[in-house]
Amino acid sequence: MIGLSHFLLLAGILFSIAVAGVFLNRKNVILLLMCIELMLLAVNFNFVAFSRWLGDLDGQVFVFFILTVAAAESAIGLAILVVLFRERKSINVENLDTMRG
Amino acid sequence: MQNVYLTIALAPLLAAIIAGLGGRVIGRAGAHSVTIAGVALSFGLSAWVLWQQLGGAPAYNGVVYTWLVTDGIPMQVGFLIDRLSALMMVVVTFVSLMVHVYTIGYMHDDDGYTRFFAYISLFTFSMLMLVMSNNFLQLFFGWEAVGLVSYLLIGFWYTRPSAIFANLKAFLVNRVGDFGFLLGIAAIVHFTGSLDYARAFHFAPQIAQQSFTLFEGQAWNAMSVICICLFVGAMGKSAQVPLHVWLPDSMEGPTPISALIHAATMVTAGIFMVARMSPLFELSTTALSVVLVIGATTALFMGFLGIVNNDIKRVIAYSTLSQLGYMTVALGVSAYSAGIFHLMTHAFFKALLFLGAGSVIIAMHHEQDMRRMGGLKKHLPITYWTTLAGALALIGFPGFSGFFSKDALIDAVGESHTPGHVYALVCVTAGVFITALYTFRLIFMTFHGEERMDAHTREHLHESPWVVTVPLVLLAIPSVIIGWLTVGPVLFHGYFGSAIAVRPEHDVLGEVGREFTTPLAFMLHAFLGLPVYLAAAGVLTAWFLYLKRPELPARLREMFAPVYRVLDNKYWFDWFNENVIASGCRALGRLFWRGGDELLIDGVLVNGSARAVGWFAAVARHVQSGYLYHYAFAMIIGLSALIAWFLWRT
Amino acid sequence: MLTTILFYLYAAVLVGSALGVILARNPVRAALFLVLAFFTSAVLWLLLEAEFLGIVLVLVYVGAVMVLFLFVIMMLDINVAELRAGLTRYAPLGALVAGLMIAEIFYVVWTRHLGVDAADWAPPLPAGYSNTKSLGAVLYTDYALPFQLAAVVLLVAIVAAISLTMRRRAGYKQQDIGRQVAARKEDRVRIVKVEPEKRT
Repeated sequence: MIGLSHFLLLAGILFSIAVAGVFLNRKNVILLLMCIELMLLAVNFNFVAFSRWLGDLDGQVFVFFILTVAAAESAIGLAILVVLFRERKSINVENLDTMRG
Repeated sequence: MQNVYLTIALAPLLAAIIAGLGGRVIGRAGAHSVTIAGVALSFGLSAWVLWQQLGGAPAYNGVVYTWLVTDGIPMQVGFLIDRLSALMMVVVTFVSLMVHVYTIGYMHDDDGYTRFFAYISLFTFSMLMLVMSNNFLQLFFGWEAVGLVSYLLIGFWYTRPSAIFANLKAFLVNRVGDFGFLLGIAAIVHFTGSLDYARAFHFAPQIAQQSFTLFEGQAWNAMSVICICLFVGAMGKSAQVPLHVWLPDSMEGPTPISALIHAATMVTAGIFMVARMSPLFELSTTALSVVLVIGATTALFMGFLGIVNNDIKRVIAYSTLSQLGYMTVALGVSAYSAGIFHLMTHAFFKALLFLGAGSVIIAMHHEQDMRRMGGLKKHLPITYWTTLAGALALIGFPGFSGFFSKDALIDAVGESHTPGHVYALVCVTAGVFITALYTFRLIFMTFHGEERMDAHTREHLHESPWVVTVPLVLLAIPSVIIGWLTVGPVLFHGYFGSAIAVRPEHDVLGEVGREFTTPLAFMLHAFLGLPVYLAAAGVLTAWFLYLKRPELPARLREMFAPVYRVLDNKYWFDWFNENVIASGCRALGRLFWRGGDELLIDGVLVNGSARAVGWFAAVARHVQSGYLYHYAFAMIIGLSALIAWFLWRT
Repeated sequence: MLTTILFYLYAAVLVGSALGVILARNPVRAALFLVLAFFTSAVLWLLLEAEFLGIVLVLVYVGAVMVLFLFVIMMLDINVAELRAGLTRYAPLGALVAGLMIAEIFYVVWTRHLGVDAADWAPPLPAGYSNTKSLGAVLYTDYALPFQLAAVVLLVAIVAAISLTMRRRAGYKQQDIGRQVAARKEDRVRIVKVEPEKRT
């Protein structure tokens, strides 16, 4: 039988894949942003699953807000990316090091 | 009555302030007039107080002003006027007055004229506070104040490096003595909870029963500890071996202060203090022995140094050291009255000798080397005769004041049983010969014999002005007659009364006094004893070596070269102090400066901590790589670690 | 039974598309894989009877956010070849961290008591339950204020995105509303006294 733990594990796997993606991806900022979206998706999974099992709608409300904020965040992230590309003509992350200490 | 005592103490102070601060306004004449007026007033009132005390007035012990009360211990200004302090007050003010008048002549050409008068008046105030005190705090205040004024006066000609060296030496050596003194006072406060003399004397027998443990397993008698500590202070102030090294150097100051401070008054503060503390010292035979041995050593060995010195003032300085040793010996054998009596006669004739030497120095245009003097008798008659009177008093010529005090002293030592009395008797008796030798060496080299000065000086030789010679005469009179007049009452007929306490088994003066009838009888009796002949032998030897066969001293120096080397080096005390103690302290200071301050505090703590922060920042800044991925990694790794930690905790 | 099959099927697709996102060379392909992941998640959420959120996921996330992603990817002239290199250098570290993460979640899920019967399906919902209705009932009453706040967040995002990327080109005629409103009559109009002309 499918239980809560299955959903939680699925979310966990999704999250770990996204984390691995952050580590593997060295060149592409867009890919970084996409991995962040994946992480958010995994978290949303958790919330929805718990909300269903505990019978409490608060989890789903929270997913609602997470979606909102994620949308806003990706919009701004992409805007930054566009400006960056205008300056650098490249999205190679390894070249972004002018903020070094 | 209290107002009288206050006036005695404060008149010189007021005069000092006026002369010191307003010297430019009131001018030289104003400065000396106001200070002489102040001291003369004090002298007059002190003489009146002494007259009252002689007439049988009771001792006065009263508090004038309570400064503060801390921890139950009141700190007050108070006066204890009894026979002892009255005597001291008269001596101090009289000699001070003479010196004040003398200074008008001696410091006539000096730029610091008004400053000098302010200082000597200030000194008079300090010394009076010391002798009139009824508690340890005021005693210590006076003690320190006279030390301070001594410092100011020794270094009066402050542009001279030797003067600055000397005044600092005096102050520092006195400080060492003061340290012991403070420990003694602290011990008294510890045992009695008060700074009063009266309470200390009251509790003295109980304190003598207690013991004091400084180190594990070593318990010392409390009274011995207290008395020895107090005596250390006296050693500093009264220049006993080994804290005597400052007195010869103090001759850098002008001659009037050598007379006032370093002959008659300040150096006698220690003697006075021990006599005042006689109720305490009587309870500790150990302390008395210490006093006795140190005094005897000083008496003899400082005399030796007077024989080989050529500076007229330094010879008299060594003589002072030796005579202070005599006074200390008297205290050591519990003949406190004899010690104070000798203090009084010595004040007169030693001040006279110094002022006489000062007169010679003025006449010789500030030449002080006796080898360049000679034959001054006919040029400076008044100076010669008064100085001769002082010299005769010093050697103990029968009939003069010094004779009575010194012979009574030696007799008292002979009767004593305090441990060390044999050594002391040998020292003081031999010292008579030495004293006569160096004293008349001085007289013969200065006033007799061939004139060794250069022609220019010889032409300008003339007797000093009356402001100089009148004090000489006024001091010569008591040097001659005061012994005869006062020996009976002071020494043997209980003048001091309850001011001085002597235990029956120590009462050596009582023993001596049993045979005393009249001064004349005492004088004649002296011819049966050894000192008179030793003194005569000393005079004869001096005559032989310096008038009859003046070439002999040089031959003797060659023959006994090692002995002379020891004496010339002053037993190497100065060498030790300068090269071991002073250098050691400087080296220690340098160690603390370079090693402690620069290396440790600046280098490691201050700069080192800054450098450490800088180093750490230089390493840590590599975390700020600028790479987005590094930050992302850091976040994720941190997150994993946090989760792991939370899981492991719960 | 059906639930189990559906779950495992869509879970597999989800994991596969996630792997595809991170392993794809071409960013366009990665984006498309992400779209697939979202779709699959929507289905799974439908399985959990959270219909509203599932639809919102598709409408908002795929419809807006992913479209935006694709816009940007296509707009930027990305050198694809350069992106191929360097994948394997950090693979071990990445695998390690991912493995660590999975292990932790596994540990939490399987060994801790989660307060519910974790192995069984959820308790059934009441008849006539409408997810959208219930969500709306809560959202506009208990969470009215956070709702407004979310709107403000979106507004801020709009303003931020525009202000970041807007640029003025030279020689480009634009309206400056501020200057228009600040114009004064004295700068624009000049009254000239003209003598009336006599009719001749």
